[in-house]
Amino acid sequence: MMARLWDSDFLYSFRHTPVAVASAVLALICVLGAVLAPWLAPHDPFDLASLNLLDSFRPPVFMAEGEWLWPLGSDNQGRDVLSAIMYGARISLLVGFLAVFFALAVGVGIGLAAGYTGGKLDAVLMRVADIQLTFPAILIALLVDGVVGAALPTHLRQELQLHVVVFAIGIANWPQFARTVRGSTLVERGKDYVMAARVIGISPIKIMLSHILPNVLGPVLVIATLNLGFAILAEATLSFLGVGLPPTRPSLGTLIRIGNDFLMSGEWWMTIFPGIALVLMVLSINLLGDWLRDALNPRLRG
Amino acid sequence: MFAFILSRILQAIPVLLVVGFIAYAMFVFVGDPVTIMLGQDYTEAQRAALVSHLGLDQPFFVQYAKFMWAALHGEFGVSYRLARPVGALIAERLPATLELAFAASLLALALGVPMGVYTGIYRNSVFSRALMVFSLVGVSLPTFLIGILLILCFSVWLGWLPSFGRGEVVRLGDWWTTGLLTGAGLKALVLPAITLGLFQMTLIMRLVRAEMLEVLRSDYIKFARARGLTSRTIHFGHALRNTLVPVITIAGLQLGGIVAFAIVTETVFQWPGMGLLFVQSVGVADIPVMSAYLLLVALLFVAINLAVDLLYYAVDPRLRIDRQARGP
Repeated sequence: MMARLWDSDFLYSFRHTPVAVASAVLALICVLGAVLAPWLAPHDPFDLASLNLLDSFRPPVFMAEGEWLWPLGSDNQGRDVLSAIMYGARISLLVGFLAVFFALAVGVGIGLAAGYTGGKLDAVLMRVADIQLTFPAILIALLVDGVVGAALPTHLRQELQLHVVVFAIGIANWPQFARTVRGSTLVERGKDYVMAARVIGISPIKIMLSHILPNVLGPVLVIATLNLGFAILAEATLSFLGVGLPPTRPSLGTLIRIGNDFLMSGEWWMTIFPGIALVLMVLSINLLGDWLRDALNPRLRG
Repeated sequence: MFAFILSRILQAIPVLLVVGFIAYAMFVFVGDPVTIMLGQDYTEAQRAALVSHLGLDQPFFVQYAKFMWAALHGEFGVSYRLARPVGALIAERLPATLELAFAASLLALALGVPMGVYTGIYRNSVFSRALMVFSLVGVSLPTFLIGILLILCFSVWLGWLPSFGRGEVVRLGDWWTTGLLTGAGLKALVLPAITLGLFQMTLIMRLVRAEMLEVLRSDYIKFARARGLTSRTIHFGHALRNTLVPVITIAGLQLGGIVAFAIVTETVFQWPGMGLLFVQSVGVADIPVMSAYLLLVALLFVAINLAVDLLYYAVDPRLRIDRQARGP
């Protein structure tokens, strides 16, 4: 079984694409570092008792006054930058995954419904998707974030901010899923197995979910991977603009924003290291997504 | 042609109406602006006066109709945060954003097209490969990080260029201020324009390169070579010309991207444009400014898409023949 899996086209292509292997390793390091932050990080940045203002603005270890206690330096409150990055990446990944999942659920649902039923519903839903696609996704995310955030009562705003950001980024992305799924559903709908299922009286919802859905999931997986990179970047952008996650739960974007205030006074490590972490994470995920797209769709090769 | 334009405009109207409704609905659903404007201490009479001054005591549909009517005349109410008319605020900030967007687009086209042509023709040279790697970096780095890196290099370490603001501006006419006429203004424009234009530049470069590679393989290029034309004529007279249709379309559509990322760039550089105004307004739920921005952006996008559609129609003769064959 394992040998067959190892020799399959899919993993063969993986083993013979150095970029794919390298980006997978890099992505794995980023994800593990983020997920295992509470056990791997040298300090706990949320433990206020362990913070000492005397430790603030320590440069990274390779600079003249750096110490191994703060490998990438410390910030304005004496927090270890490396630990803050690991915890921040955790939140960035969480928001990214949730936003992609949300977009996927909405987009796949709408795509299936539009593709399977056709007619007016299809026309209206796809027109809405088309209109939304003419706006850049990041702009939609920013506007939705602003509007929903403003619509919430003040005392709930801080608490629900994470949900608002997930909602905003997810809403910005559903059309891509919906369009792809609709296209594949249109193809699948005409096939014999769907006809057979319909003839024996299976309900449309069951046909969509248990017969058509498994057959249209391939491209969805590719879009989801590529979207994860975008979602993480979008969250970082919103947080950098100060309308994303609050400083009490700093993501990578929030760290970059906080560090940006100290850029002019020369404490560059507070901004640049979270930035590098963000870029490595997004780049590795995007390269992996590119490879996945090519591997699942041999026509694009060449 | 007329029917085509008319149908596009008719399609645009529902979009604007829906966006207008969202922009208006924000006023209804979002917390009480009166409390925000009055602050901590106020009397009941002051409150009532403010409510009627803002028109908040009227019925829903009256307010909606009033809102749309006023918006058509460029009046969006009074900013909660700055207590000034939104129309004036936006007019004040518009020149800064337009100059930035213009400089960024110019940079993207002026550098992106030649770079694309070069990498398309000399696809295996070392310089081409370097440019491709550079473009990958340009696509992968988020806009705000590019800005931060530029500030770190050119403002903090080298001290050559300012890191925030528009520098010295000159007033032209009634309300237009420009930074293009002073040295300090031009210096202040350099870093933000690079930050905003870099992504579009790499995109245009990759697009031109891909199109050039496609066109250079085609038969008429082989034929042109066989006729003994100089490679200069072939590359610029034949190949580049035929790559420009998709480039124009994408560049046009990317104007929207420039508007979106102007928000980020303006925040990084504290550039006093509309994007910065919008972000500051989102932070404190300043609804009049947010809804005005929403409507303006929707209008801008509808206009851009319309213009690109028309341009496509004008540039690509196949579209016209197709339509004539099918009748009006």
